[in-house]
Amino acid sequence: MKSHWMCSNLVRCLGDGNTSLQKLATSIVFFFCLSDVSCNSVEQKIYVELNNTVPCVRLLNATHQIGCQSSISGDTGVIHVLESEADLEWPLSKGPNPPYMVLLESSLFTRSIMMKMKNESNRVAGVAVVVPNTSPPEFSPHTTCPNENTGVYSDNYGPNLAHCNTTVWNPRGNGLSYEEFDFPVFSLKEDNETEFIKQCYLDHNRAVNGSAPQYPLCAMQLFSHMHAVTNTPTCMRRNDINFSINPEMVCDPLGDYNVWGSIRPYNDTVFGHKENESVVIAAARLDSRAFFWEVSTGAEGSVSGFVTLLAAAQALREVTHAAPPTRNILFAFFQGETFDYIGSSRMVYDMENGKFVIDLDNIHSVLEIGQVAVHSGTNLFLHSDPVSRRNNTVNDENLVNNLQSSTAGLGFLLVEPNVSQPLPPSSLQRFLRAQPIPGIVLADHESAFNNRYYESFYDNAANLNLTYPSDLSPEEQLEFVTDTAKSLTDVATVVARALYKQAGGDESLVNTIKADPKIVTQMLYGFLVSSNNSWFQAVMAPELKNILKPSPPEYYVGVAMSSTPTRLVQYLLANLTGAATNLTQSQCMYSYLWVQGIVPPNSTERDSFCVRASVRLTKAVSPAFELGEYASKDYSTWTESRWKFIKARIFLVASRDLEMLTLGVGVAVLFTSLLVTYFISTKADVLFSSTREPASAAY
Amino acid sequence: MTAAVFFGCAFIAFGPAFSLFIFTIAKDPLRVIILIAGAFFWLVSLLLSSLVWFIATKATNAQDLTLQKNLLIFGSIFSVILQEVFRFAYYRLLRKANEGLAAISEEDGPPLSVREMAYVAGLGFGIMSGAFSMINTLSDSLGPGTVGMFGDSQYYFITSALMTLALTMLHTFWGVVFFEGCERKRWWVIAVVLCVHLMVFSLSLLNPFYVASILPVYAIMLLMAVWAFFSSGGSLHNITLLWTCRKSNAETSS
Repeated sequence: MKSHWMCSNLVRCLGDGNTSLQKLATSIVFFFCLSDVSCNSVEQKIYVELNNTVPCVRLLNATHQIGCQSSISGDTGVIHVLESEADLEWPLSKGPNPPYMVLLESSLFTRSIMMKMKNESNRVAGVAVVVPNTSPPEFSPHTTCPNENTGVYSDNYGPNLAHCNTTVWNPRGNGLSYEEFDFPVFSLKEDNETEFIKQCYLDHNRAVNGSAPQYPLCAMQLFSHMHAVTNTPTCMRRNDINFSINPEMVCDPLGDYNVWGSIRPYNDTVFGHKENESVVIAAARLDSRAFFWEVSTGAEGSVSGFVTLLAAAQALREVTHAAPPTRNILFAFFQGETFDYIGSSRMVYDMENGKFVIDLDNIHSVLEIGQVAVHSGTNLFLHSDPVSRRNNTVNDENLVNNLQSSTAGLGFLLVEPNVSQPLPPSSLQRFLRAQPIPGIVLADHESAFNNRYYESFYDNAANLNLTYPSDLSPEEQLEFVTDTAKSLTDVATVVARALYKQAGGDESLVNTIKADPKIVTQMLYGFLVSSNNSWFQAVMAPELKNILKPSPPEYYVGVAMSSTPTRLVQYLLANLTGAATNLTQSQCMYSYLWVQGIVPPNSTERDSFCVRASVRLTKAVSPAFELGEYASKDYSTWTESRWKFIKARIFLVASRDLEMLTLGVGVAVLFTSLLVTYFISTKADVLFSSTREPASAAY
Repeated sequence: MTAAVFFGCAFIAFGPAFSLFIFTIAKDPLRVIILIAGAFFWLVSLLLSSLVWFIATKATNAQDLTLQKNLLIFGSIFSVILQEVFRFAYYRLLRKANEGLAAISEEDGPPLSVREMAYVAGLGFGIMSGAFSMINTLSDSLGPGTVGMFGDSQYYFITSALMTLALTMLHTFWGVVFFEGCERKRWWVIAVVLCVHLMVFSLSLLNPFYVASILPVYAIMLLMAVWAFFSSGGSLHNITLLWTCRKSNAETSS
């Protein structure tokens, strides 16, 4: 760092020069720079690297590619800060220095502006979006009908309900996440770097009184070249080309692990149908996405759901040990649901093919927790599949009754929606695709989503009204029970009671089941504000403690099979439903996890211990990749492209005239010197009279 | 900035040196050797002077900007002096070598005159000095950006190339003049060359006021060119001879 500073300041205080001063400085700077790779004094006069940027990357499925692409050596454009939609004329038609790099405030990041730029993409080199700290009134880049082709409704099953013909689930969706752009789109934060960019624009690029701005102009270059093209079958075929010892992969399937755990443990090596085993499945989804790569927060979309389910699991721990219910309860957390139900389709596939501990015939019913961001006193809704109810193939009545009776004394009601409308996008749809099963999806919306920021980077803690008093330290915030936590605790209590009743538990003990608001608020803090807090540190394994950061985790499913939310939910479920033990091994139907534990007061060493719980991970990669059916219409085929590097920088560009002038002068100097040297060297004997031998030529 | 600027600046900075090389030096292997050895001597002088400067900066407070700038100026003056010392050392080496070459050569007498060696040595110094000045800047000129974000002039690349050209030529002329002075035992010539070198260095400190630095440097280069021409055996008479030769050639051919 010091040599880096040294180089830049040397350069500034020297000015520039080409005599021994600069040569000296160059050689010294070279010595210094051996220790600091990025140090190059002239380069620092030219380029300013932008560090806090997030790109939009390319994703592919069976038939399309979506996302953004830059050219392999980056896209350079003159910066233009867009002031309004009418101002688009300048980059798209009037501006004299195309291509332009358009800088947008988030209020202008709309479908109409992006589509206009997409149509004139030879004049647009790229887009940079400034994401503010406050959210706009509403914004959802997802489609209006999420996962419409891989749910249960199709031309064969409820055709009038398919493709959102009756209910449009996400009416605010503008579908930007699913468009294809052939220029890079990056997001910038509202910080000093962005101020610097705007200042550079104001200094150099403003048109004065309608005349063209003078060179040199401020420009930006964005690198985000994606290797995969066309669609998943193409990129998977290219992955398999084995030309060299290190084959170049161009894309990877999206996927991670599902987390599941049950009240009564199962032997993890015995798969297939289990006689006389009847299981109630309680499901939630783990992931979400945003327009830009990885910056997904999914507060209302997914976190509210799985936190409620984790709290319900914890509420059931005591009563199921004291008075075990007849049926088993299996808690399932699915990853990858945003991208055509990767996790749930994989679990259903495993169940159908005897690769899971139970199979579809063992399932008694399914209760799924959808988006449940509530304020106290608002009602929740119980969605069910009208087709199977109409056909009387399933009987949801028990489950509905159990749920509705569980709300006694809690201040809100569970209501079934009036219209005969389809199930919202949920993992239950994949179960119904395989076999009719009674199931309910619990959600806070009667028809269309209430979530104004579905699958966007604004679906964060503020969207759930998660506020803390300003004078609390981080540890105090962790313990502070917010109103949001209180409402979610009530929902978790209802869920736990309904599950216990549905599993045939003792009716007299139902009212003793209560979820713990302290645990709910700690989970909300850890999942939405800062994952590096003392409670999460205590429940994690020592080798995984580095995944905890001072910011909330990213909920994008990704390709690396190591996403933070999966690990956190695994260890939390183990902590909340399992038991701390100090034991040796035995016939192991449990998973044993060694966790860090808390730091007791007056000590610096952690009290680590072993947790025994029936919590397992199962692979959540789409069956399409197991079967090799990359063009499958039944299963998710989403893949993410690979890339070499992604970076952004700004600099000034000179006019073409100056460049051509330099080249012209250079060529002229070269030819002149060649001619003159030739002339003098042939006439050297005349020009330089010598007393001895033929003299040399000199200028 | 782009490939256009890269090639333009490369041609400006190295064009004359390149043409001198291919027309006068490349054919004779002995001249090539002397050229490269001259470049090496210049390089060694820069290395030693930069070592001194490096130790000086390490021993002092790195945060004090004026002190560092003054150390740099001191280091550069030391480097100028050391370059001239090495030029003298190279002269002595070449004189000694000349006697040896004369002994083993097939012709009578030494194969290269001192004047030729002076020119080649000067060009060697100039080429290496130009390379060290310019290569770093040239590699950055290939990218899409130009200098100017932090207030520098946008003509940075062109002026760097022009200064490099001037410096290469100046080193050549200084070589000629210096060796001639040593040959004729006129020691004041060495002092003058040193002073002119220091003057050029101090003019470069005036960058980025390019008018104040480049124009005087080119004026000095022209003056040195004239001096080198006269000290290597040229004269006004030869020029007029050349002119009438051309005229008579033109007459006879027409």
